[in-house]
Amino acid sequence: MLNRIGNQTLVFKNKPRVIGSYSVVGPKEGQGNFGKFFHKVLKDDLFGEKSYEAAESKMLLCAINGAIENANINKDNVDALFAGDLMNQIISSSFAARTLEVPYFGLFGACSTMAESLIMGACHVDGGFARYAACATGSHFSSAEKQFRYPLELGTQRPPTSQWTVTGMGCTILGLAEKGISIDYATIGKVVDWDVTDANNMGAAMAPAAMSTLKAHLEDTGKSPDDYDLILTGDLGKLGSEILIDLMEYHGYKLGTNYNDCGQMIYDNTQKTFMGGSGCGCGASILNSYVYTRLLKHELKNVLFIATGALMSTVSSQQGNSIPSIAHAVSISIGGKDV
Amino acid sequence: MNIEERNAKYNAYVEAKMPKTKPWPSLFRSFWVGGVICCLGELIKDLCLYFFPYMTTADAYTWALISLIVLASFFTGIGVFDKIGAYAGAGTIVPITGFSNSIASPALEFKREGLVFGLMSKMFVIAGPVIVTGVVASIIVGIIYLFI
Repeated sequence: MLNRIGNQTLVFKNKPRVIGSYSVVGPKEGQGNFGKFFHKVLKDDLFGEKSYEAAESKMLLCAINGAIENANINKDNVDALFAGDLMNQIISSSFAARTLEVPYFGLFGACSTMAESLIMGACHVDGGFARYAACATGSHFSSAEKQFRYPLELGTQRPPTSQWTVTGMGCTILGLAEKGISIDYATIGKVVDWDVTDANNMGAAMAPAAMSTLKAHLEDTGKSPDDYDLILTGDLGKLGSEILIDLMEYHGYKLGTNYNDCGQMIYDNTQKTFMGGSGCGCGASILNSYVYTRLLKHELKNVLFIATGALMSTVSSQQGNSIPSIAHAVSISIGGKDV
Repeated sequence: MNIEERNAKYNAYVEAKMPKTKPWPSLFRSFWVGGVICCLGELIKDLCLYFFPYMTTADAYTWALISLIVLASFFTGIGVFDKIGAYAGAGTIVPITGFSNSIASPALEFKREGLVFGLMSKMFVIAGPVIVTGVVASIIVGIIYLFI
């Protein structure tokens, strides 16, 4: 018997639950709108390391260790770690996994990695392949700028459609438990490319992928957008989320005030980030702090978290290719009676 | 609607919806900052001529350029230049200060990858195309000049 409905949606019958979470962010994110929700706000984004790449890996390790501690379990009971990041060959995750010494799967889903790792973790826990699974990802502004854009000290102007890579990490520990936040459904996205080539306009490139996954999720589960207290996309930014609202309306779905975007929300308007935040850490840090906190307080009952990723590289962009994008959706609830 | 039609329609929609840079405020900011940098260059030249009466005007201009390059690199190093550049845009890029910044900033960024394969090889990653264009253009102009 298959544990899936419709074309793209998985159903988790054994209810993997969030038993621990942790978020670490940089100083700029700490000054943003969610400063008080994050578990740890760094004073210095080098985190005592010699390079930003090393700092990124240390932050990710800190998030995973923090989540394990928060879950109050022994590290040896974590049977699988699913992690990914934006660095070439996902060095931040693999280097963190080297220190942790737990069974590890390295993932690359660009900024969709938080949802991707949650889905993989939920599958392992639901299927009885892992007692506990750690799902982690994150990004660092300075290492991402170096790899994808220009040196930090270069005096250029950022285009008005650009987004600011979030320095932030998040980790969720999943396991089977009696109560708590549960992962109910997951909708696996398809790669969507509507021929946007501008690497400074990721929101526009990723919005069709978010629309495709959200539409598939609603069709597969028979739900309407109003059935969720919060539909949260990862890092579409201001422009991307406005485009998603338009695209959904075109397909006959109305996204109301229960829709928001992590990239749009994370920074204060005075922080000059143009379209808002982006990066793996954007959705990961907010999901693992703000969203779980509000679910645990029963201020939110069910949330659809859709992390979006742009699957390009600097080489593909320079060669004039368009930006393929992906979005994965995870349906999270507290109480969770409807499965 | 086929895929190409949909993509063209979507890109036209995005183009219409996306925020644009406002030209007049940008022009004003680059004009006044660029103007101040040029005045500073003139001031350095005049001071050179004033304090060193035997210096030729051509040498005084060279000293002005060197001073601006050093100043721009210094401000890049202390992390101020990028903030001025974000405000002024072309105002700081077009004068020689922009060239100085474009070499100093990758040198700072890639020094962690070592002296040879980091700093030295990545130093011209942004300024390189400018140098190549300059050299190629001067060769073409030189060849034309030979025949007229």
